[in-house]
Amino acid sequence: MLKFSEDHEWANLDADICAVGISPHAVEQLGDIVFVELPDIGLAVNKGDAVAVFESVKAASDIYSPAGGEIVEVNNALLDDLTAITPESAMANWLFKIKINDAGDLESLMDEAAYNAMIG
Amino acid sequence: MEKQRTPLYDFHIANGARMVPFAGWDMPVQYAAGIKAEHLATRNGAGLFDVSHMVQVELSGNGADAFFERLTPTDIGAVAEGRVRYSMLLNDAGGVLDDLMVARLDGRLHLVVNAGRATHDIDHLRQNLDDSTKMDVHHDWALLALQGPKAAQVLNSLGLDLDGFRFMDIRHFTLGAVPLVIARSGYTGEDGFEISMPANVAVDIAETLMATGDVTLAGLGARDTLRLEAGLPLWGHELDETITPTMAGIRFALSKKRRKAADFPGADVILDEFANGPKRQLVGLLASGARPVRDGTILLHDGVDIGIITSGGFSPSLDRPAALGFVETHLATDGTIIAAATRGGNTPITVVNLPLVPHRYFRG
Repeated sequence: MLKFSEDHEWANLDADICAVGISPHAVEQLGDIVFVELPDIGLAVNKGDAVAVFESVKAASDIYSPAGGEIVEVNNALLDDLTAITPESAMANWLFKIKINDAGDLESLMDEAAYNAMIG
Repeated sequence: MEKQRTPLYDFHIANGARMVPFAGWDMPVQYAAGIKAEHLATRNGAGLFDVSHMVQVELSGNGADAFFERLTPTDIGAVAEGRVRYSMLLNDAGGVLDDLMVARLDGRLHLVVNAGRATHDIDHLRQNLDDSTKMDVHHDWALLALQGPKAAQVLNSLGLDLDGFRFMDIRHFTLGAVPLVIARSGYTGEDGFEISMPANVAVDIAETLMATGDVTLAGLGARDTLRLEAGLPLWGHELDETITPTMAGIRFALSKKRRKAADFPGADVILDEFANGPKRQLVGLLASGARPVRDGTILLHDGVDIGIITSGGFSPSLDRPAALGFVETHLATDGTIIAAATRGGNTPITVVNLPLVPHRYFRG
């Protein structure tokens, strides 16, 4: 089940594990990414917590957790080459995975059609 | 509110620009290549920037020189026909109301002021105007900046004769049949040109420059990273009504004659700082980590607030985060290590001399 947040994260739930990334639109808006900080495995998070940071030449952008739970996997390979983070790769580049406490956390998110309508 | 558009708006869209609101204008922040690529293309070749949002003002009449001198610390009498100076409007506290370029061409003073301050500046000029000075505001003129080590070669290839045309010169040229006013100046630290023209020829001129194949379109994002590396102040960041030119490292703009006469706005404050040093002054700052330190970050020394970051970002040329900011003068020495009060703890940050990347102006 793929959903999107108003803050341009995507969340893909498989059983109780939710992979989180940022949308192609978000990557495009950020421009050249120069710094990424990802959370540590084992971190307990609440829905809406700022858990990762993307910094571009121009701006810093927080990445929020779409659900409460525990960070169980982190895609640190992304940090090896920030230029590989592109709009084209954005849906494949998950940032972290959360073992979620309550699938209801994701109910307020948008489906892909609604998200695409929001970004115009 | 409806944003203003430069004559190149459709040209930008057709060239893949991402448009953003800036000072009431819809401006390209970057094109498809991205800020880093546009920045490096300007440092290594030639970048073309639409700066038509900046406002061009002409002052003429017998009183124009005296009028200009009443508002600025510039010895305008020393600005000969065909020459350009960097100047600023000052308030009575020595603060900078705006910085600007002033040129003398055809016996008139030609000013270029910041878009975000244009309304203020025009009001300020108008309020101080006298019967012997005439002011014309040219909202219908466009301005393009062609910047970089290959900029002169590009203009040469289009048949412009740049013989004897040096940094801070201004002249009439024609490109094809189109009359242009070109100044050898810019905001990148590179050799380059600022090209003024009537709005209705701007697209043609931009397309002619692009057709040489040696020019990369560059947006406001690259303009900002280039000027940051060059240590050039940006109003609203390194300059404002509470910041003096002495603090902002632009003492060169305070002419000797005017300092001696002490007859410009804020002269008492500025001359005291000129002699004794300002409390804080502008420096370059290089953080130790990979994470940019942003505008507004407080700077600390021994846990005490001693300064602030005014432009924090990333330097594509140095391939690392870089910033401009103010620190107390006793700490404004190359190599001094202080701390930036970042989220999650203090980050060591080193004071460095400006510019961060050497200027390469063509002085002939």
